Amino acid sequence: MIASVGLEVHVQLRTNSKMFCGCENRFGHDPNVQVCPVCLGYPGALPVINGKAIELTVKTGLLLGCTINHRSKFDRKNYFYPDQAKNYQVSQYDQPLCSGGHVDIVLDGETKRIGITRIHLEEDVAKNIHFGDASGIDFNRGGTPLMEIVTEPDMSNADEAFAFLSALKQILQYGGVSDCNLEQGNIRCDINASVRPSGSDTLGVKTEIKNMNTFKGVHRALKYEIQRQIRDIEKGREIIQETRRWDDETGVTASMRTKEYAHDYRYFPEPDLLPVELTDAQIEAWKEGLPEMPADRRDRMVRDYGIPEYDAGVLAADRAVADFFEATARACGNGKAASNWVMTDMMRCLSERETDIASIRMAPEQLAALIGLVDKKVINMPAAREVFSILFEQGGDPETIVKDKGLVQVSDEGAIEGMVDQVIGEHAKSVEDYKAGKQAALQFLIGQVMRISKGKANPQVVRELFMRKLG
Amino acid sequence: MDVEYIAHLARIRLTDEEKERFAGQLGQILAYVEELGELDVEGVEPTAHAVPVHNVFREDVARPGLDRDTVLGNAPATRSDQFLVPRIIE
Repeated sequence: MIASVGLEVHVQLRTNSKMFCGCENRFGHDPNVQVCPVCLGYPGALPVINGKAIELTVKTGLLLGCTINHRSKFDRKNYFYPDQAKNYQVSQYDQPLCSGGHVDIVLDGETKRIGITRIHLEEDVAKNIHFGDASGIDFNRGGTPLMEIVTEPDMSNADEAFAFLSALKQILQYGGVSDCNLEQGNIRCDINASVRPSGSDTLGVKTEIKNMNTFKGVHRALKYEIQRQIRDIEKGREIIQETRRWDDETGVTASMRTKEYAHDYRYFPEPDLLPVELTDAQIEAWKEGLPEMPADRRDRMVRDYGIPEYDAGVLAADRAVADFFEATARACGNGKAASNWVMTDMMRCLSERETDIASIRMAPEQLAALIGLVDKKVINMPAAREVFSILFEQGGDPETIVKDKGLVQVSDEGAIEGMVDQVIGEHAKSVEDYKAGKQAALQFLIGQVMRISKGKANPQVVRELFMRKLG
Repeated sequence: MDVEYIAHLARIRLTDEEKERFAGQLGQILAYVEELGELDVEGVEPTAHAVPVHNVFREDVARPGLDRDTVLGNAPATRSDQFLVPRIIE
Protein backbone atom coordinates (compact mmCIF):
# COMPACT_ATOMS: atom_id res chain seq x y z
CA MET A 1 0.00 0.00 0.00
CA ILE A 2 1.09 3.58 -0.66
CA ALA A 3 0.00 6.56 1.41
CA SER A 4 -0.69 10.07 0.14
CA VAL A 5 -0.53 12.96 2.55
CA GLY A 6 -1.48 16.58 1.98
CA LEU A 7 -1.35 19.36 4.53
CA GLU A 8 -3.23 22.59 5.09
CA VAL A 9 -0.85 24.74 7.09
CA HIS A 10 -2.16 27.80 8.92
CA VAL A 11 0.46 30.41 9.66
CA GLN A 12 0.03 33.48 11.83
CA LEU A 13 1.71 36.43 10.16
CA ARG A 14 4.12 38.78 11.86
CA THR A 15 2.15 42.01 11.66
CA ASN A 16 1.61 44.71 14.25
CA SER A 17 -2.14 44.87 13.78
CA LYS A 18 -5.00 42.55 12.87
CA MET A 19 -6.15 41.60 9.38
CA PHE A 20 -9.05 44.02 9.03
CA CYS A 21 -8.76 46.41 12.00
CA GLY A 22 -6.08 48.22 13.98
CA CYS A 23 -6.23 46.05 17.10
CA GLU A 24 -2.85 44.79 18.22
CA ASN A 25 -1.71 41.39 16.91
CA ARG A 26 0.16 40.01 19.90
CA PHE A 27 0.14 36.81 21.91
CA GLY A 28 -0.12 36.62 25.66
CA HIS A 29 -2.36 39.52 26.68
CA ASP A 30 -5.22 39.21 29.17
CA PRO A 31 -8.46 38.04 27.52
CA ASN A 32 -10.48 40.46 25.39
CA VAL A 33 -8.23 43.51 25.54
CA GLN A 34 -7.28 43.63 21.84
CA VAL A 35 -10.78 43.93 20.48
CA CYS A 36 -12.91 46.47 18.63
CA PRO A 37 -16.25 46.63 16.77
CA VAL A 38 -14.68 45.11 13.63
CA CYS A 39 -13.12 41.99 15.17
CA LEU A 40 -16.07 41.53 17.51
CA GLY A 41 -18.34 41.47 14.47
CA TYR A 42 -20.57 44.38 15.47
CA PRO A 43 -23.18 45.10 12.83
CA GLY A 44 -22.18 48.01 10.61
CA ALA A 45 -18.46 47.89 11.46
CA LEU A 46 -16.41 47.90 8.26
CA PRO A 47 -13.19 45.98 7.67
CA VAL A 48 -10.15 47.43 5.87
CA ILE A 49 -7.36 45.19 4.55
CA ASN A 50 -3.98 45.30 6.31
CA GLY A 51 -1.53 45.96 3.45
CA LYS A 52 1.34 44.34 5.32
CA ALA A 53 -0.52 41.01 5.46
CA ILE A 54 -0.88 41.08 1.67
CA GLU A 55 2.84 41.82 1.34
CA LEU A 56 3.87 38.96 3.67
CA THR A 57 1.62 36.47 1.89
CA VAL A 58 2.92 37.46 -1.53
CA LYS A 59 6.51 37.26 -0.24
CA THR A 60 5.78 33.73 0.99
CA GLY A 61 4.44 32.91 -2.45
CA LEU A 62 7.63 34.24 -4.03
CA LEU A 63 9.77 32.20 -1.61
CA LEU A 64 7.83 29.05 -2.50
CA GLY A 65 7.99 29.64 -6.25
CA CYS A 66 4.27 30.37 -6.60
CA THR A 67 2.48 32.28 -9.31
CA ILE A 68 1.32 35.56 -7.80
CA ASN A 69 -2.19 36.30 -8.98
CA HIS A 70 -2.60 39.82 -10.28
CA ARG A 71 -6.20 39.87 -9.19
CA SER A 72 -7.40 38.51 -5.90
CA LYS A 73 -10.46 38.95 -3.69
CA PHE A 74 -11.92 38.07 -0.32
CA ASP A 75 -15.00 35.94 0.30
CA ARG A 76 -17.26 35.07 3.19
CA LYS A 77 -17.24 31.50 4.46
CA ASN A 78 -20.48 31.02 6.33
CA TYR A 79 -20.80 28.77 9.36
CA PHE A 80 -21.97 28.93 12.93
CA TYR A 81 -19.39 28.44 15.63
CA PRO A 82 -18.79 30.43 18.82
CA ASP A 83 -15.18 31.23 17.91
CA GLN A 84 -16.20 33.75 15.27
CA ALA A 85 -18.70 36.42 16.07
CA LYS A 86 -19.97 37.30 12.59
CA ASN A 87 -21.07 33.75 11.74
CA TYR A 88 -18.80 33.99 8.74
CA GLN A 89 -15.06 34.00 8.35
CA VAL A 90 -13.48 36.32 5.82
CA SER A 91 -11.29 34.13 3.65
CA GLN A 92 -10.38 33.69 -0.01
CA TYR A 93 -12.26 31.16 -2.09
CA ASP A 94 -11.64 31.10 -5.84
CA GLN A 95 -9.09 33.89 -6.23
CA PRO A 96 -6.28 33.31 -3.72
CA LEU A 97 -3.20 35.54 -3.68
CA CYS A 98 -0.84 32.74 -4.77
CA SER A 99 -1.20 29.55 -6.83
CA GLY A 100 1.20 26.68 -7.51
CA GLY A 101 4.69 26.49 -6.06
CA HIS A 102 6.79 23.96 -4.18
CA VAL A 103 9.02 23.18 -1.23
CA ASP A 104 12.02 20.88 -1.64
CA ILE A 105 12.69 18.50 1.21
CA VAL A 106 15.80 16.39 1.76
CA LEU A 107 15.50 12.96 3.37
CA ASP A 108 18.41 10.50 3.54
CA GLY A 109 20.27 12.61 1.02
CA GLU A 110 17.42 12.45 -1.52
CA THR A 111 15.63 15.61 -2.57
CA LYS A 112 11.88 15.45 -3.09
CA ARG A 113 9.68 18.26 -4.36
CA ILE A 114 6.38 18.82 -2.53
CA GLY A 115 3.86 20.78 -4.55
CA ILE A 116 1.99 23.78 -3.17
CA THR A 117 -1.57 24.12 -4.46
CA ARG A 118 -2.34 27.61 -3.24
CA ILE A 119 -1.77 30.20 -0.54
CA HIS A 120 -4.60 32.37 0.66
CA LEU A 121 -5.20 34.87 3.40
CA GLU A 122 -7.96 34.84 5.98
CA GLU A 123 -8.74 35.97 9.51
CA ASP A 124 -7.99 33.76 12.50
CA VAL A 125 -10.79 32.81 14.86
CA ALA A 126 -11.07 33.54 18.58
CA LYS A 127 -9.75 31.21 21.25
CA ASN A 128 -12.07 28.91 23.23
CA ILE A 129 -11.35 28.02 26.80
CA HIS A 130 -13.23 25.09 28.25
CA PHE A 131 -14.51 25.47 31.79
CA GLY A 132 -16.19 22.06 32.01
CA ASP A 133 -19.79 23.20 32.33
CA ALA A 134 -19.41 26.00 29.75
CA SER A 135 -16.88 27.56 27.39
CA GLY A 136 -15.24 30.98 27.40
CA ILE A 137 -14.33 33.02 24.33
CA ASP A 138 -11.31 35.32 24.14
CA PHE A 139 -11.36 37.46 21.00
CA ASN A 140 -7.76 38.70 21.18
CA ARG A 141 -6.75 36.26 18.43
CA GLY A 142 -9.99 36.78 16.50
CA GLY A 143 -9.37 38.64 13.27
CA THR A 144 -5.56 38.34 13.28
CA PRO A 145 -4.04 37.60 9.85
CA LEU A 146 -3.83 33.90 9.06
CA MET A 147 -2.18 32.57 5.93
CA GLU A 148 -3.20 29.14 4.72
CA ILE A 149 -0.76 27.11 2.65
CA VAL A 150 -2.36 24.10 0.95
CA THR A 151 -0.09 21.35 -0.38
CA GLU A 152 -0.63 18.71 -3.03
CA PRO A 153 -0.98 15.14 -1.65
CA ASP A 154 2.69 14.63 -2.48
CA MET A 155 4.00 13.31 0.81
CA SER A 156 3.97 9.56 1.29
CA ASN A 157 4.73 9.12 4.98
CA ALA A 158 5.08 10.79 8.37
CA ASP A 159 8.80 11.52 7.90
CA GLU A 160 8.14 13.46 4.70
CA ALA A 161 5.39 15.49 6.35
CA PHE A 162 7.72 16.31 9.22
CA ALA A 163 10.52 17.28 6.83
CA PHE A 164 8.11 19.46 4.85
CA LEU A 165 6.92 21.33 7.93
CA SER A 166 10.49 21.85 9.14
CA ALA A 167 11.59 23.15 5.73
CA LEU A 168 8.55 25.42 5.50
CA LYS A 169 9.14 26.79 8.99
CA GLN A 170 12.73 27.60 8.13
CA ILE A 171 11.68 29.47 4.99
CA LEU A 172 8.96 31.42 6.80
CA GLN A 173 11.30 32.41 9.60
CA TYR A 174 13.98 33.43 7.13
CA GLY A 175 11.50 35.48 5.17
CA GLY A 176 10.43 37.30 8.33
CA VAL A 177 6.87 36.20 7.51
CA SER A 178 6.12 34.55 10.84
CA ASP A 179 7.89 33.82 14.10
CA CYS A 180 6.67 30.22 13.72
CA ASN A 181 6.54 29.85 17.48
CA LEU A 182 4.73 26.53 17.94
CA GLU A 183 4.00 27.10 21.65
CA GLN A 184 2.10 30.24 20.70
CA GLY A 185 0.18 28.45 17.97
CA ASN A 186 1.88 30.36 15.14
CA ILE A 187 1.70 27.26 12.94
CA ARG A 188 -1.20 24.84 13.05
CA CYS A 189 -2.20 22.32 10.45
CA ASP A 190 -4.82 19.96 9.17
CA ILE A 191 -3.76 16.63 7.71
CA ASN A 192 -5.37 14.83 4.77
CA ALA A 193 -4.31 11.21 4.43
CA SER A 194 -5.33 8.30 2.23
CA VAL A 195 -3.87 4.96 1.17
CA ARG A 196 -4.16 2.96 -2.04
CA PRO A 197 -2.75 -0.29 -3.40
CA SER A 198 0.69 -0.01 -5.03
CA GLY A 199 0.28 0.44 -8.74
CA SER A 200 -3.06 2.18 -8.46
CA ASP A 201 -3.31 5.69 -9.91
CA THR A 202 -6.45 6.84 -8.11
CA LEU A 203 -6.16 8.21 -4.60
CA GLY A 204 -7.99 6.30 -1.88
CA VAL A 205 -10.71 7.78 0.32
CA LYS A 206 -9.12 10.39 2.59
CA THR A 207 -9.62 11.27 6.20
CA GLU A 208 -8.87 14.63 7.74
CA ILE A 209 -7.19 15.21 11.08
CA LYS A 210 -7.76 18.76 12.22
CA ASN A 211 -5.97 21.23 14.46
CA MET A 212 -2.55 19.73 14.89
CA ASN A 213 -0.26 22.18 16.66
CA THR A 214 3.08 20.39 16.95
CA PHE A 215 5.23 18.86 14.21
CA LYS A 216 5.86 15.87 16.46
CA GLY A 217 2.11 15.45 16.84
CA VAL A 218 1.70 15.48 13.04
CA HIS A 219 4.38 12.81 12.75
CA ARG A 220 2.81 10.55 15.38
CA ALA A 221 -0.75 11.08 14.12
CA LEU A 222 0.27 10.22 10.56
CA LYS A 223 2.18 7.12 11.59
CA TYR A 224 -0.93 5.93 13.38
CA GLU A 225 -3.50 6.98 10.79
CA ILE A 226 -1.70 5.46 7.78
CA GLN A 227 -1.31 2.15 9.62
CA ARG A 228 -4.95 2.26 10.73
CA GLN A 229 -6.20 2.72 7.17
CA ILE A 230 -4.00 -0.09 5.84
CA ARG A 231 -5.13 -2.38 8.66
CA ASP A 232 -8.80 -1.59 8.06
CA ILE A 233 -8.53 -2.18 4.31
CA GLU A 234 -6.72 -5.46 4.86
CA LYS A 235 -9.52 -6.54 7.16
CA GLY A 236 -11.99 -5.69 4.41
CA ARG A 237 -13.36 -2.58 6.11
CA GLU A 238 -14.19 0.49 4.09
CA ILE A 239 -12.49 3.84 4.77
CA ILE A 240 -15.08 6.57 5.28
CA GLN A 241 -14.39 10.17 4.34
CA GLU A 242 -14.53 11.82 7.74
CA THR A 243 -12.83 14.13 10.19
CA ARG A 244 -10.85 12.42 12.90
CA ARG A 245 -9.35 13.78 16.06
CA TRP A 246 -5.83 12.98 17.24
CA ASP A 247 -5.52 12.19 20.93
CA ASP A 248 -1.96 12.92 21.98
CA GLU A 249 -2.33 11.08 25.28
CA THR A 250 -3.53 7.76 23.93
CA GLY A 251 -1.76 8.09 20.57
CA VAL A 252 -4.75 7.20 18.40
CA THR A 253 -7.10 9.01 16.00
CA ALA A 254 -10.83 8.66 16.52
CA SER A 255 -13.81 9.55 14.37
CA MET A 256 -15.46 12.82 15.39
CA ARG A 257 -18.82 11.36 14.35
CA THR A 258 -20.14 14.67 13.05
CA LYS A 259 -23.54 13.48 11.93
CA GLU A 260 -24.42 16.95 10.68
CA TYR A 261 -25.04 17.94 7.13
CA ALA A 262 -21.86 17.98 5.10
CA HIS A 263 -20.31 21.44 5.42
CA ASP A 264 -21.98 23.93 3.17
CA TYR A 265 -20.11 27.19 3.55
CA ARG A 266 -22.01 29.10 0.83
CA TYR A 267 -18.96 31.20 -0.06
CA PHE A 268 -19.76 34.50 -1.67
CA PRO A 269 -17.68 37.63 -2.38
CA GLU A 270 -17.18 39.81 0.71
CA PRO A 271 -19.11 42.95 -0.25
CA ASP A 272 -17.31 45.08 2.37
CA LEU A 273 -13.86 44.58 0.86
CA LEU A 274 -12.54 45.71 -2.50
CA PRO A 275 -10.41 43.45 -4.69
CA VAL A 276 -6.63 43.37 -4.55
CA GLU A 277 -4.78 44.10 -7.77
CA LEU A 278 -1.04 43.62 -7.90
CA THR A 279 1.15 45.05 -10.63
CA ASP A 280 4.32 43.41 -11.90
CA ALA A 281 6.26 46.39 -10.56
CA GLN A 282 4.89 45.86 -7.05
CA ILE A 283 5.58 42.13 -7.09
CA GLU A 284 9.08 42.77 -8.45
CA ALA A 285 9.78 45.29 -5.67
CA TRP A 286 8.77 42.75 -3.00
CA LYS A 287 10.87 40.13 -4.72
CA GLU A 288 13.94 42.32 -4.52
CA GLY A 289 13.40 42.81 -0.80
CA LEU A 290 13.49 39.08 -0.09
CA PRO A 291 16.25 37.86 2.20
CA GLU A 292 18.82 35.26 1.21
CA MET A 293 17.51 31.70 1.70
CA PRO A 294 19.26 29.10 3.91
CA ALA A 295 20.91 27.07 1.13
CA ASP A 296 22.28 30.20 -0.58
CA ARG A 297 23.47 31.56 2.73
CA ARG A 298 25.26 28.30 3.55
CA ASP A 299 27.16 28.40 0.26
CA ARG A 300 28.05 32.05 0.69
CA MET A 301 29.28 31.56 4.27
CA VAL A 302 31.58 28.76 3.05
CA ARG A 303 33.07 31.22 0.55
CA ASP A 304 33.17 34.27 2.82
CA TYR A 305 34.52 32.73 6.02
CA GLY A 306 36.32 29.61 4.84
CA ILE A 307 34.31 27.33 7.13
CA PRO A 308 33.36 23.72 6.22
CA GLU A 309 30.08 23.18 4.39
CA TYR A 310 28.69 21.12 7.26
CA ASP A 311 29.33 23.91 9.77
CA ALA A 312 27.86 26.50 7.43
CA GLY A 313 24.76 24.34 7.01
CA VAL A 314 24.22 24.05 10.76
CA LEU A 315 24.68 27.80 11.27
CA ALA A 316 22.49 28.76 8.32
CA ALA A 317 19.61 26.58 9.52
CA ASP A 318 18.49 29.30 11.93
CA ARG A 319 18.48 32.87 10.67
CA ALA A 320 19.18 34.41 14.08
CA VAL A 321 22.09 32.04 14.71
CA ALA A 322 23.53 32.76 11.27
CA ASP A 323 23.17 36.51 11.90
CA PHE A 324 25.02 36.18 15.22
CA PHE A 325 27.75 34.10 13.64
CA GLU A 326 28.29 36.48 10.74
CA ALA A 327 28.39 39.54 12.99
CA THR A 328 30.96 37.80 15.20
CA ALA A 329 33.06 36.57 12.29
CA ARG A 330 33.11 40.01 10.66
CA ALA A 331 34.08 41.73 13.92
CA CYS A 332 36.98 39.40 14.77
CA GLY A 333 38.10 38.30 11.31
CA ASN A 334 38.38 34.67 12.45
CA GLY A 335 35.47 32.80 10.88
CA LYS A 336 36.62 29.36 11.96
CA ALA A 337 36.90 30.37 15.64
CA ALA A 338 33.53 32.19 15.50
CA SER A 339 31.93 29.11 13.97
CA ASN A 340 33.45 26.83 16.62
CA TRP A 341 32.22 28.98 19.48
CA VAL A 342 28.71 29.34 18.11
CA MET A 343 28.36 25.69 17.11
CA THR A 344 29.68 24.20 20.35
CA ASP A 345 29.60 26.37 23.48
CA MET A 346 26.79 28.64 22.28
CA MET A 347 24.52 25.79 21.15
CA ARG A 348 25.16 23.87 24.36
CA CYS A 349 24.39 26.88 26.60
CA LEU A 350 21.25 27.71 24.58
CA SER A 351 19.91 24.19 24.91
CA GLU A 352 20.81 23.97 28.63
CA ARG A 353 19.02 27.23 29.31
CA GLU A 354 16.22 26.41 26.85
CA THR A 355 16.50 29.84 25.32
CA ASP A 356 17.24 31.23 21.87
CA ILE A 357 20.11 33.32 20.58
CA ALA A 358 17.99 36.44 20.22
CA SER A 359 17.23 36.44 23.95
CA ILE A 360 20.76 36.28 25.38
CA ARG A 361 22.75 39.24 26.70
CA MET A 362 25.99 38.47 24.89
CA ALA A 363 26.53 40.58 21.78
CA PRO A 364 28.43 39.31 18.72
CA GLU A 365 31.03 42.06 19.29
CA GLN A 366 31.69 40.67 22.77
CA LEU A 367 32.28 37.16 21.48
CA ALA A 368 34.50 38.66 18.79
CA ALA A 369 36.55 40.46 21.47
CA LEU A 370 36.89 37.17 23.37
CA ILE A 371 38.14 35.43 20.24
CA GLY A 372 40.62 38.27 19.82
CA LEU A 373 41.99 37.68 23.33
CA VAL A 374 42.52 33.99 22.54
CA ASP A 375 44.11 34.78 19.18
CA LYS A 376 46.53 37.22 20.85
CA LYS A 377 47.27 34.51 23.46
CA VAL A 378 46.19 36.81 26.28
CA ILE A 379 44.10 33.94 27.67
CA ASN A 380 44.08 30.19 27.07
CA MET A 381 41.05 28.11 26.10
CA PRO A 382 39.96 27.01 29.60
CA ALA A 383 39.97 30.68 30.69
CA ALA A 384 38.13 31.67 27.50
CA ARG A 385 35.41 29.13 28.29
CA GLU A 386 35.01 30.67 31.72
CA VAL A 387 34.69 34.15 30.20
CA PHE A 388 32.22 32.78 27.65
CA SER A 389 29.86 31.46 30.31
CA ILE A 390 29.96 34.85 32.08
CA LEU A 391 29.22 36.63 28.79
CA PHE A 392 26.41 34.21 28.08
CA GLU A 393 24.73 34.93 31.42
CA GLN A 394 25.26 38.68 31.69
CA GLY A 395 27.22 40.05 28.75
CA GLY A 396 30.05 42.50 29.38
CA ASP A 397 33.51 43.41 28.17
CA PRO A 398 35.71 40.29 27.90
CA GLU A 399 38.90 42.25 28.62
CA THR A 400 37.48 43.63 31.88
CA ILE A 401 36.24 40.18 32.90
CA VAL A 402 39.68 38.69 32.22
CA LYS A 403 41.33 41.38 34.39
CA ASP A 404 38.76 41.14 37.20
CA LYS A 405 39.01 37.38 37.37
CA GLY A 406 42.80 37.37 36.99
CA LEU A 407 42.61 35.07 33.98
CA VAL A 408 45.45 36.59 31.97
CA GLN A 409 47.54 33.79 30.63
CA VAL A 410 51.12 33.55 31.90
CA SER A 411 53.45 32.92 28.98
CA ASP A 412 56.61 34.26 30.61
CA GLU A 413 59.10 31.39 30.81
CA GLY A 414 60.72 32.82 33.92
CA ALA A 415 57.45 32.73 35.85
CA ILE A 416 56.54 29.24 34.63
CA GLU A 417 59.97 27.69 35.08
CA GLY A 418 59.73 27.72 38.88
CA MET A 419 56.47 25.78 38.73
CA VAL A 420 57.89 23.31 36.24
CA ASP A 421 60.88 22.67 38.53
CA GLN A 422 58.57 22.22 41.51
CA VAL A 423 56.51 19.61 39.66
CA ILE A 424 59.61 17.76 38.50
CA GLY A 425 60.77 17.64 42.12
CA GLU A 426 57.42 16.37 43.46
CA HIS A 427 56.66 13.76 40.79
CA ALA A 428 59.84 11.76 40.28
CA LYS A 429 57.88 8.68 39.23
CA SER A 430 56.09 10.45 36.36
CA VAL A 431 59.37 12.03 35.29
CA GLU A 432 60.91 8.54 35.07
CA ASP A 433 57.87 7.25 33.15
CA TYR A 434 58.15 10.08 30.63
CA LYS A 435 61.84 9.50 30.18
CA ALA A 436 61.01 5.81 29.58
CA GLY A 437 58.81 6.93 26.69
CA LYS A 438 55.31 7.26 28.23
CA GLN A 439 53.67 10.31 26.61
CA ALA A 440 50.78 10.18 29.06
CA ALA A 441 53.17 11.05 31.85
CA LEU A 442 53.96 14.36 30.14
CA GLN A 443 50.26 15.24 30.01
CA PHE A 444 50.06 14.52 33.73
CA LEU A 445 53.03 16.78 34.49
CA ILE A 446 51.61 19.62 32.36
CA GLY A 447 48.33 19.19 34.20
CA GLN A 448 50.11 19.63 37.54
CA VAL A 449 51.61 22.95 36.40
CA MET A 450 48.20 24.09 35.14
CA ARG A 451 46.79 23.25 38.57
CA ILE A 452 49.48 25.16 40.47
CA SER A 453 49.07 28.17 38.13
CA LYS A 454 45.29 28.03 38.62
CA GLY A 455 44.90 27.43 34.91
CA LYS A 456 46.76 30.57 33.89
CA ALA A 457 49.97 29.08 32.54
CA ASN A 458 50.27 28.91 28.77
CA PRO A 459 50.14 25.13 28.20
CA GLN A 460 52.30 25.43 25.10
CA VAL A 461 55.10 27.14 27.03
CA VAL A 462 54.78 24.58 29.87
CA ARG A 463 55.10 21.71 27.40
CA GLU A 464 58.17 23.23 25.76
CA LEU A 465 59.87 23.75 29.14
CA PHE A 466 59.27 20.13 30.19
CA MET A 467 60.54 18.81 26.90
CA ARG A 468 63.67 20.94 27.17
CA LYS A 469 64.34 20.01 30.78
CA LEU A 470 63.57 16.29 30.48
CA GLY A 471 64.47 15.72 26.86
CA MET B 1 -35.46 24.39 -3.02
CA ASP B 2 -35.15 22.56 0.26
CA VAL B 3 -36.55 25.01 2.80
CA GLU B 4 -35.73 22.77 5.74
CA TYR B 5 -32.09 22.64 4.67
CA ILE B 6 -31.88 26.43 4.30
CA ALA B 7 -33.54 26.85 7.70
CA HIS B 8 -31.00 24.51 9.25
CA LEU B 9 -28.09 26.45 7.73
CA ALA B 10 -29.53 29.65 9.20
CA ARG B 11 -30.23 27.89 12.51
CA ILE B 12 -33.90 28.81 12.53
CA ARG B 13 -36.82 26.54 13.33
CA LEU B 14 -39.88 26.74 11.08
CA THR B 15 -43.41 25.47 11.56
CA ASP B 16 -44.99 23.41 8.77
CA GLU B 17 -47.13 26.40 7.83
CA GLU B 18 -44.05 28.63 7.60
CA LYS B 19 -42.18 26.08 5.53
CA GLU B 20 -44.94 26.07 2.97
CA ARG B 21 -45.24 29.86 2.89
CA PHE B 22 -41.48 30.39 2.56
CA ALA B 23 -41.18 27.74 -0.10
CA GLY B 24 -43.58 29.75 -2.23
CA GLN B 25 -41.88 33.07 -1.50
CA LEU B 26 -38.40 31.70 -2.14
CA GLY B 27 -39.65 30.24 -5.39
CA GLN B 28 -40.88 33.64 -6.51
CA ILE B 29 -37.62 35.35 -5.57
CA LEU B 30 -35.57 32.77 -7.44
CA ALA B 31 -37.81 33.02 -10.49
CA TYR B 32 -37.32 36.77 -10.47
CA VAL B 33 -33.53 36.46 -10.30
CA GLU B 34 -33.71 33.82 -13.03
CA GLU B 35 -34.89 36.55 -15.39
CA LEU B 36 -31.25 37.70 -15.50
CA GLY B 37 -30.58 34.49 -17.38
CA GLU B 38 -32.17 36.07 -20.45
CA LEU B 39 -29.28 38.52 -20.79
CA ASP B 40 -26.51 37.73 -23.19
CA VAL B 41 -23.33 37.96 -21.10
CA GLU B 42 -21.11 36.25 -23.64
CA GLY B 43 -17.64 37.81 -23.37
CA VAL B 44 -18.45 39.78 -20.22
CA GLU B 45 -16.03 39.03 -17.42
CA PRO B 46 -17.62 38.06 -14.08
CA THR B 47 -17.02 40.58 -11.34
CA ALA B 48 -17.73 40.60 -7.64
CA HIS B 49 -17.66 44.39 -7.46
CA ALA B 50 -19.20 46.89 -9.81
CA VAL B 51 -17.11 49.85 -8.61
CA PRO B 52 -13.71 50.16 -10.32
CA VAL B 53 -11.85 50.67 -7.05
CA HIS B 54 -9.23 48.31 -5.64
CA ASN B 55 -6.32 48.11 -3.18
CA VAL B 56 -7.87 49.96 -0.28
CA PHE B 57 -5.34 49.14 2.43
CA ARG B 58 -4.63 50.10 6.02
CA GLU B 59 -1.17 50.90 7.34
CA ASP B 60 -0.05 48.13 9.69
CA VAL B 61 -0.23 50.26 12.81
CA ALA B 62 -1.74 49.03 16.06
CA ARG B 63 -4.01 51.26 18.10
CA PRO B 64 -5.83 50.62 21.37
CA GLY B 65 -9.10 48.75 21.13
CA LEU B 66 -12.25 49.05 23.21
CA ASP B 67 -12.22 49.04 26.99
CA ARG B 68 -12.83 45.50 28.19
CA ASP B 69 -15.55 46.40 30.68
CA THR B 70 -17.45 48.12 27.89
CA VAL B 71 -17.05 45.10 25.64
CA LEU B 72 -18.11 42.52 28.20
CA GLY B 73 -20.88 44.81 29.43
CA ASN B 74 -23.02 43.72 26.49
CA ALA B 75 -22.42 40.01 26.97
CA PRO B 76 -25.30 37.95 28.37
CA ALA B 77 -22.81 36.06 30.55
CA THR B 78 -19.07 36.26 31.27
CA ARG B 79 -16.49 34.33 33.26
CA SER B 80 -12.80 35.12 33.82
CA ASP B 81 -13.04 38.12 31.45
CA GLN B 82 -14.39 35.95 28.66
CA PHE B 83 -17.70 35.68 26.84
CA LEU B 84 -19.46 32.69 28.32
CA VAL B 85 -21.16 30.36 25.85
CA PRO B 86 -22.74 26.91 26.12
CA ARG B 87 -20.09 24.23 26.32
CA ILE B 88 -18.45 23.68 22.94
CA ILE B 89 -18.33 20.02 22.01
CA GLU B 90 -15.77 19.45 19.31
